[in-house]
Parts: sequence; C-alpha cells; structure tokens
Amino acid sequence: MAPPDFRRPFKRAAVSDQQRRRELTLQRQAQSRHDAQQRVRNLASTIISLQSQEPDDAADVVLEPYPLDIRRASRMRGEQVRNWFARQLMLPEWMIDIPDNLSQDWYVFARPAGKRCFVVASNGTTVSRQRNGSILHCFPSALPNGAKTREPSGPAHSYSILDCIFHEGDQTYYVIDMVCWGGCSYYDCPADFRFYWLNSKLEETGASGPPSYYHKYRFSAVTHEKGLPAAYTDATPYVKDGLLFYNKHAHYQSGNTPLALVWKDAKCSQYVLDTDSTGEVPDQQQVVLELQEDGNLITSDDPPIIFGRLNSEFIQQLGLHSGNFVRCAINDGGLSFVEGKLEKADLKYIGKCSRGRAFADSYSKVVFQYMARHSPLTYDDLLVAANKPPSDVEMAG
Amino acid sequence: MAMEVTQLLLNAQSIDGSVRKQAEDSLKQFQEQNLPAFLFSLSGELANEDKPADSRKLAGLILKNALDAKEQHRKFELVQRWLMLDATVKSQIKSCLLKTLSSPVPDARSTAAQVVAKVAGIELPQKQWPELIGSLLSNVHQLPPHVKQATLETLGYLCEEVSPDAVDQDNVNKILTVVVQGMSSSEGNNDVRLAAIRALYNALGFAQANFSNDMERDYIMRVVCEAALSKEEKIRLAAFECLVSIASMYYEKLTPYMNDIFTITAKAVREDVESVALQAIEFWSSICDEEIDILEEYAGEFTGDSDVQCSYFVKQALNALVPILLETLLKQEEDQDQDEGAWNIAMAGGTCLGLVARTVGDDIVPLVMPFIEENITKPDWRQREAATYAFGSILEGPSPDKLTPIVNVALNFMLSALTKDPNTHVKDTTAWTLGRIFEFLHGSTMDAPIITPANCQQIITVLLQSMTDVPNVAGKACGALYFLAQGYEDVGPSSPLTPYFQEIVQALLTVTHREDAGEGRLRTAAYETLNEVVRCSTEETATLVLQLVPVIMLELHNTLEGQKLSSDEREKQGELHGLLCGCLQVIIQKLGASDQTKYGFMQFADQIMGLFLRVFACKSATVHEEAMLAIGSLAYACGPEFAKYMPEFYKYLEMGLQNFEEYQVCSVTVGVVGDICRALENKVLPYCDGIMTQLLKDLSSNQLHRSVKPPIFSCLGDIALAIGQDFEKYLMYAMPMLQSAAELSAHTAGADDEMIEYTNSLRNGILEAYSGILQGFKNSTKTQLLIPYAPHILQFLDSIYVEKDMDDLVMRTAIGVLGDLADTLGSNAGTMIQNSVSSRDFLNECLSSEDGSIKESAEWTKLAITRAISA
Repeated sequence: MAPPDFRRPFKRAAVSDQQRRRELTLQRQAQSRHDAQQRVRNLASTIISLQSQEPDDAADVVLEPYPLDIRRASRMRGEQVRNWFARQLMLPEWMIDIPDNLSQDWYVFARPAGKRCFVVASNGTTVSRQRNGSILHCFPSALPNGAKTREPSGPAHSYSILDCIFHEGDQTYYVIDMVCWGGCSYYDCPADFRFYWLNSKLEETGASGPPSYYHKYRFSAVTHEKGLPAAYTDATPYVKDGLLFYNKHAHYQSGNTPLALVWKDAKCSQYVLDTDSTGEVPDQQQVVLELQEDGNLITSDDPPIIFGRLNSEFIQQLGLHSGNFVRCAINDGGLSFVEGKLEKADLKYIGKCSRGRAFADSYSKVVFQYMARHSPLTYDDLLVAANKPPSDVEMAG
Repeated sequence: MAMEVTQLLLNAQSIDGSVRKQAEDSLKQFQEQNLPAFLFSLSGELANEDKPADSRKLAGLILKNALDAKEQHRKFELVQRWLMLDATVKSQIKSCLLKTLSSPVPDARSTAAQVVAKVAGIELPQKQWPELIGSLLSNVHQLPPHVKQATLETLGYLCEEVSPDAVDQDNVNKILTVVVQGMSSSEGNNDVRLAAIRALYNALGFAQANFSNDMERDYIMRVVCEAALSKEEKIRLAAFECLVSIASMYYEKLTPYMNDIFTITAKAVREDVESVALQAIEFWSSICDEEIDILEEYAGEFTGDSDVQCSYFVKQALNALVPILLETLLKQEEDQDQDEGAWNIAMAGGTCLGLVARTVGDDIVPLVMPFIEENITKPDWRQREAATYAFGSILEGPSPDKLTPIVNVALNFMLSALTKDPNTHVKDTTAWTLGRIFEFLHGSTMDAPIITPANCQQIITVLLQSMTDVPNVAGKACGALYFLAQGYEDVGPSSPLTPYFQEIVQALLTVTHREDAGEGRLRTAAYETLNEVVRCSTEETATLVLQLVPVIMLELHNTLEGQKLSSDEREKQGELHGLLCGCLQVIIQKLGASDQTKYGFMQFADQIMGLFLRVFACKSATVHEEAMLAIGSLAYACGPEFAKYMPEFYKYLEMGLQNFEEYQVCSVTVGVVGDICRALENKVLPYCDGIMTQLLKDLSSNQLHRSVKPPIFSCLGDIALAIGQDFEKYLMYAMPMLQSAAELSAHTAGADDEMIEYTNSLRNGILEAYSGILQGFKNSTKTQLLIPYAPHILQFLDSIYVEKDMDDLVMRTAIGVLGDLADTLGSNAGTMIQNSVSSRDFLNECLSSEDGSIKESAEWTKLAITRAISA
C-alpha cells in the first residue's frame, strides 16, 4: 500500500539534497544580484572621483585619489572604479637589502595572511575592495557612517578609508593603515601619526568590538610597535604571512614604495616562494613582466626596470601585443648584478598570463624571490641590523 | 459507420499488435477527418445496449480523453475545441451520455458518469447545460438502485471536476441532500450507499455553507460516523476518507464531534483491517497538520491574527492517543525496509507519533519513554525496533532541554546497537534515529552539545563501519553522517570533523563503488552526504576538497565513456551523471567562494567544462538540471574567464531555455543566464540577441510553468545591468511585457495565500528587471529613452503600495527601484517622483522599517531623490 502523497516517506529526510542544491544556488544568485545592484548604487555615494575630465577609456589615464563630491563620483562607471581602486593601495617593496636605521626609523609588524583590501565606509555602508578593485564585502560596520543605524555616527557625507587585510580564519579585518577617517584625509601624515590615530579611533567607535547586527566584521589594528624579535616570534591571533616594515616618517603613497617593505622566510610565512598558475612552486623561478611596444619586458616599477626583450618576429608568432603580461622562467644563467643594478637576466618565455592579471611583478619582488632561492636575507641578518645603534651623523668637514 | 466503429474499438484492444495498431490509426484518422461525427458515434456506441461492454467502455474512455488532458495547454485546447463544437451535436452526445447512466452494464454506467462530469467541468463554468443537475437529481428518486448508484457517482465526479463557484447554492443544497440521504444507514443498497459516500468526499468542498449550519453539519457528521461503523469494509474505508478530508477542511467545526471520532478511530486503529486503520491514523495525522500550522502562526509575528483558533484536540487526546499509536509500531512487516514504496500501519503510526510530538512538544516525552525503556532490550526484534522507532519519531518537537539528557544516555546504547544488534530492521531504525538526533539536537544553536571531543571519534567510527552493512542500513548511516556534518555548518574556522575528513570522504567514495550501491538510495545517499561534508568543511580541509575534484571528474569521465546501453542502463547512467554533476557543483561552489581556494581550482576549469558539455549530450532532465546548476557555479567562480566556454556552451543554454516540459531545467537555466551576465558583464553581448529572444518567447508562452516567469523577469534585469545601454534594442520588446505583467500583478483582490505569494514573487522579478534596466542606463547618453516608461513604473510602485500586501522582499526591491529611477533619470523625473505616493508615504514607511535592508535601500532612495530634485 502506498503512503499518501503528501506524507514524508518512511524514515526519510524532509528535504532532498537536490532541492538543497537548488535552494543554495538560488540564494547565491539572489545575493549576487543584490550585490551587483548595491554596487551600482553605492558607486553614486562613494566619495571618489577622477582628476581628468570624463575619460572614455579609464585604463589609459592616470588616476589620482582625492575626495570629491558625489556628483562627479557618480559619473564613474564600474570598470573605472575598479581601475581607480586598483591603484590606490600603498604597495610595499620586497626587502632586498636592509635599510639603515632599522631600529629607529622603522616599524616592524607581522603581516596577517589574507586579502589585502581598501575598506571604505560612507553613507551607511562599508565596502571592501581588493587590490584588483573587485568588491570583497559590502556590509554594515561600526566605522563612522559605516552602517544605517538610528543614530547617525558622523556627518552624513563623511567617509573613512582603511587599508586592511581580511583574515578568513577569524573573519576579521586587520587594519594595517588608515587613509581617511570621518571625512579627514591622512594621506599626508607620517606613519607614526596615522598609526596612533588609528588605534584610538578604532577603540572609540567600537569597530574593534565583536560582530553584531550593525557591525558584521571585527576590525583589529595590528600591533605596529613591537620590535623585530616580538614581531617575528610572538604568537598572533592571525596566521602570519611575513613581516612588514613601515618607515615612520613616510606619508601614505599609492603604488609601490620603498618606504614600506615586506620580508618573509619559511618560519613566518607559508608563501615564501611564489607558486605558478597551478599553485605549485616551480623548479625555476618565474616572473611576470609586461611587454612593451619595442619588445622590452618590464617590471611594474615607476620607472620600470627592463628585464629582457622579445624580438618582433617572436612576438608576432605568439600573437602578443604591447601591454600583455607574459610569464618567464629564470634560466640557469640567473640574474647578474653590477654595482647593485641588474645587468642581465637569463629568461625563458613560458606563456601569456591570464587576463585577470592587473600588474607585472615589481623589481624588488623578482630580486627577493631570486635571493630566497639562492642567498636569502635571513632573520639573523635583520636582527643584527636591528640591534645596530643608530649611525652617527657623518661629518663632511 | 457505427458498425465499423464497434469493430475498430474491439480491434484496438486486440492482443495482436498489428491489428491493434491498424485500429488505432483508423480511429485517429476518423477523429481527424470529422471530429463531431467521431465523438457522436462514440457516444452512440457507449449508449447502445446491443454493443459489447468492451467496445462501449473504450468508446467512453476515448470520449473522456477528447475532453481533458493532464498538460494545462493541451487541456485548454480540448476545452476550446469542445466549446466550438456544433450545439446540436453536443446536445445529442450529452443525451446519449445521460441515457447510459441507466444502463444495466456497470462499466458503461461508470464510464458515462466520468464523461458527464468532464463535460460538466467544461460547460457549467460557461453557464451552459443548466438542466444537468436538475435531471440528475430527478433520477435519484424514482429509479432502480443501479441508476441511483450511477447518478450519485456522477454527482461525485461532477463535484471533483467543477469548482464550487460554478454551482449555485440552491443546487449545492440539493446535491448534498441526495448524497447524504444516500449515505444514511436506512439506505438498503450498499452500492448506492458507497457511491453516496464517495460522492460526499468530492462534495465536501461545496459544503461550506452547510458546515456552518449547526443542524446540517450535525446531520452530515452523524451519517459519516455511522458509515464509519458499517459492516461493509468499503463503506467504512470511504467514510474514514471523508473524515480525513473533513479534518483538514473543517477543523474549526469539529469540537462537538471529537469524542465520538476518537472512539471510532481508536477502535479502527486497533481492530479494523489495515486499509481502514491507516485512514483512522491519517485522521489524527491531519489533525496534527492543522494544529501545527495554527500554532506556527500563533508563534509567528501576527499573533492573534490567525483566522482559526487552535482547539488543542491532540493535547486533549494525548494520554489516550499515544498508547494506541505505540501499539501500531509493533505491527511491522518483514522486509519493509527493503521496499521503497512500503506503507503499513507501523509506518503510519510512527509518522503520526512524530506529528503528535511536533504538535505537543515536551508533553509527549514522558508518555513514550516507558514504552522505549520496556522494549528496547527485549529479545523480539519487533519490540527493539518499535522502541527505537518511537524514540526516533519524537525527536522533532520537544525542546532540546528535555531531550538532550535522554539522548546523552541513549547515544551509547544506539551506537552499540548499530554495530551489534543481530537484526537489520533494528539497525536500520537505529541509524535513522541517530540521524534524527544529529538533525534536531546537534548544531551551533544548541546549548549543550551531544557530540563532544570525547565521543566524536567513536560516533564516526561506528557510522563509517555501518556504511559497509547491508544497503538500507548503510544508506541510513550515510544519512546520519549528513546531519552530523550539517551540524558543523557554521562552526567557524576549525571543525571537529577536520581530523576525520579524509577518512569520511574515502568511506563515502567506497560506498558509491559498492556493487549493491544501486539498491535503495544507497549511492544517492553517499553522494548527498559527501556533498554536505564538503559544504560544511572549513578552510583547514580546502586542499583535500581540491584533491577531490580530479577524483570526481574521473568518475564522471568514466561514466561518459560510451558503450551501447539498454534504456534501463541509460536511466541508471543518467542518475549517476546527475549525482556526479551535483557533487562537482557543490565542490565548485565551495572552492569558488574564497579567492585562495578558487585559484587552485581554476586549473581544472577547462576539463570540467568539457565534461559538462559531454553530459549535455545525454538526454535526461535531471542531469541537464544538475549540469546546468554546476555550470552556474562554474561561471560564478570563473568570472570573465568564462567567456571562452560560451561558443560551445551557448547551444545548450538555448536548449535549456526552450525546455518547457521540464520546467525545472528551464528555471535553472534562467538562473545560469544571470550568473553568466554577472561573470561576463558586457562580454555577454554577442549572445544577448539569442538569449533575449528565448526569454521573451518563454514569457509569452502559456505552456511554461508559471514559477519560471518571475526569475525570467529578474534575468532581464541581470542582462540589462551587464550590457548597459546596449539593452536599448530590447527595450521596445521588454518594456511592454514588463508593463503588462506589472498591471496583472498590481492587484491581488480575492487571491488566496498561494496566489499572493506568487504575485509577490512576480512583482519582485518585475522590479528587479526595472532596477537592472535603470541602473544599466545610468551615466549613459541614452537615459532619455527611459523617460517615457517612468510614469508607468511610478504608477506600478504606487499601486502595489496602496494594495498593502507586498512582502518584505518586494518592499526592499520596490523602494530601490524608486531610487534607481531618481538616480538614473535625475531632474527629468524629479517632479514626477515628487508627485507620486511612493516618494512620500511609501518612502517614509520604508525609512522607519524594522528591517535593516529595507531601511538601507530607503535611505539610498531618499538621497537619490534629494539629488534628483535639487539638480
């Protein structure tokens, strides 16, 4: 005898897994749709604009940050915004030699492993954008104007921008730097001031508190001032990915800067040696370079460093174009330096990079990776430098 | 001609295939050449007492099939065709039908009864055939019993076919009068009585007014209860079926009768034949369903708004009811666990016990525990199984506070029974009970965990071991593991399952390879559990999940290596494809959710896509749906890179959008179009002409299941958002469709809850389309193209606001559209917006909403409007 149609079959779960798959997919799609629409709406209220007048092709223009009024910002299309953000983060160079006065002029702290992003809070929403400009989260937060709460937490149009790393493990935004707060820009302030201000502000607003309805993720400032041994050895609530060195006097500067440095070894990072597109560490070091009109292969530095060149026949044969990013391996000839400058690189062409790629490698990254494979800069080297007393002023007579 | 028809109809039932085929073809030809003559000759055949019973019966069936079909659009065509038929022919056919009701041949009468009802189903709503009911009623009084029986049967079918509002109350009263008279114990003829009770079953929906009249209701209930005590089994069964139906239709009217009904049902459950006992149990299950719904509504936001008051019948009957149900649990059938479709008194009793637990909560526990304690260690497997089943059945409903201490004591016993009990039934039920324990009492919301570091290892070991047991037990063990994993869904960065992940996955894969994995649902259960284990895994095991990708890919690849298969094997193959695609989908979604894991996964993207495309070459609806779902996740993970798959994939996308019959496939495909739009953004443009054509066709089709339409509207928005002002060329097609759908969905007057829910989903789709279009055109030079549509959009917003029946989601989307309108059209729409009700009352209502996301949308809208006005 068959059960009535609407009775759950004997000893069966109420919902089938297929139904669950369907529902979860629908949820994801609805969320993505909502996010996509919110993105368009948020754009209109994000405090950013272009210096140049309405360029048609955003990729070709130099974009510089400065806070501007909503009306101009709202004219920016999706891709422009992404490109703009892609260029705003201060990107540390890789430490290929130890700066002078390490102990006196530099903060050192353990870098959290995770997604580097800009967090922008304005008009009641907080948006985090990754290095390539794509949105990571869109959420309410206790940052000024970061959530739609009943009591406004700041002047209606004020905004805040933090430089963070999102750590998946504890779902926390570790704040490494502060760019704007409550409508004030801190671009032009030295790092020690920015860090001091950051700590007190996070505390004040409750942004460092546990998540709640109007505060979806915890923000936690990294401890900037612990000194080298502590940064290297002390346990952190996050997984470490190398050490960051920030010059105390440096202003916040978009793009690559030698005034912020990153250093890694196997003890403080899982990702010392770069992996290739399959996620494996290749036998030979690989570098990503940008192809120029004249066939030169350059780094992302400004001015760029030329690592080699492809002849035009080869370029044509491969169907490459200027601006393409190409992947090369460093052959046994290695890199040769003369007086600290790159003289020759023995490169082997591997292939074109995926289109998702936004940057070539920087000079310092290539060299750091090269050193890491051959003669790494060790923790002991750093320790020696850190313990060295500040150098005396040199008399010039 | 008439002679010829008889022979054709007999030949069409011949055992000789070629004779049969020829006859069928001839009948078909006849029908196509001259439909009125064909139908008339069929009715003549049916009415002719000189013809053989077999040809008469088939004539009636063909006639019936010419009036009705399962598919909605086909049905609609047939109805239209009948209505267009010449009135004289129709009247001749109808008189043949009515005449047949008096035939001494039972099959002829019964078939005619069904055909009359079909014709009535078409004509009565058109106010045609007004004399039908009168003539049927006049039949009842004067004629011999077999005519009375056929007439009551016809009235029953008629009530099943025709909606209550097509029959006026006067006729309803008359129908019920003859039906109830026919039911009464004074009716000497059992066939007549049975026909009357069955007619009442269908007529219950017509009896609203009569059930509101105390005297009439008392009378109806009395005859039903009397019939439930009849000596005739069929009559008792039909009467109990009526009681079940009354329980859900007239719950609120039952109080005066519950004492009697309890006595009758208790007796039936204990003493009657199984078919009747099952209905008696079903009566209580239905009462539970009603009370669960009412109590849920009480617990919901709208306290006191419930139309129906809870009468707490279950609570009142609890002490007497539970022992009766527990007794049924001991009446298991041998091998019931092997039979998928089995249903017997023990199963029904356990199901009812579970519903009682959900209705009364904690109160059931002390009534069931003694039964469990007494039976769980008995030598007779029936007692051990019944005790376990009782325990498993009451795990949903009572509070965790009440159950957790008991479960903590029972858990060890269960684990040892699962490995050591000599009886498979007991093990099966034990594994199922463990699953229920994990489903309802294990998870992050529980105060006291039942799975601890101390017993976790043991539980998993036992479950994995049970997966090597006989298929039904192994399947239940997989099910238990499913809920065990689910309980760790939001456990945070570190899951207690991490140390066992590899072992669990390995064990599940081993199950899928068992030779007997095809028995029951074993293989399905194993893959479903694997899916849940993956879904609930944390970053700690991301690399292990990644390693699973090539494993499942290989499985899929192997199943695609085609040898020639029988249709039976092909079906099994199709099922397996579905499971594997489903599994890959879950993995893709999992790995695609975080950038770190996505990176590792992308190396497989090309190959996976290749496999999915090969799966599409197989013809099976569920598989297409699973592969489609998986491709949506892949597009989401790949982002713009997905563009490279489009040239090859596109034709399957189009096929999916054209799949009206398997509407789930169509629906899923529509969702995938959205995923692709978001992934490719304007790179989707080259495919948009084809996609849009198909979507617009879908929207104007009356064959497509209505549930697919709201997502199609949302999808239009996805496309517009992706391609921006290039949507221009579709505006002239899309906008009028949106507009007419908006008009249809603006008002819900008189609709039931289900219809209001559907209308709201339609509104949401339409509004999402408007949002996408408005946002897509923002900042373009072509925004003025949208200005002509603005008044209508505003009008739509105003009218759904005034209607006051939108849900929260529609509210959020609607207020957002208002903002998008202001944002995109700016000062062009400023005045228009200011003059709308939406910009004032609706906006204010949203601004003060308790719902954060509505408030958020509203504040954005307020800002956008302020800007539009001041610009």
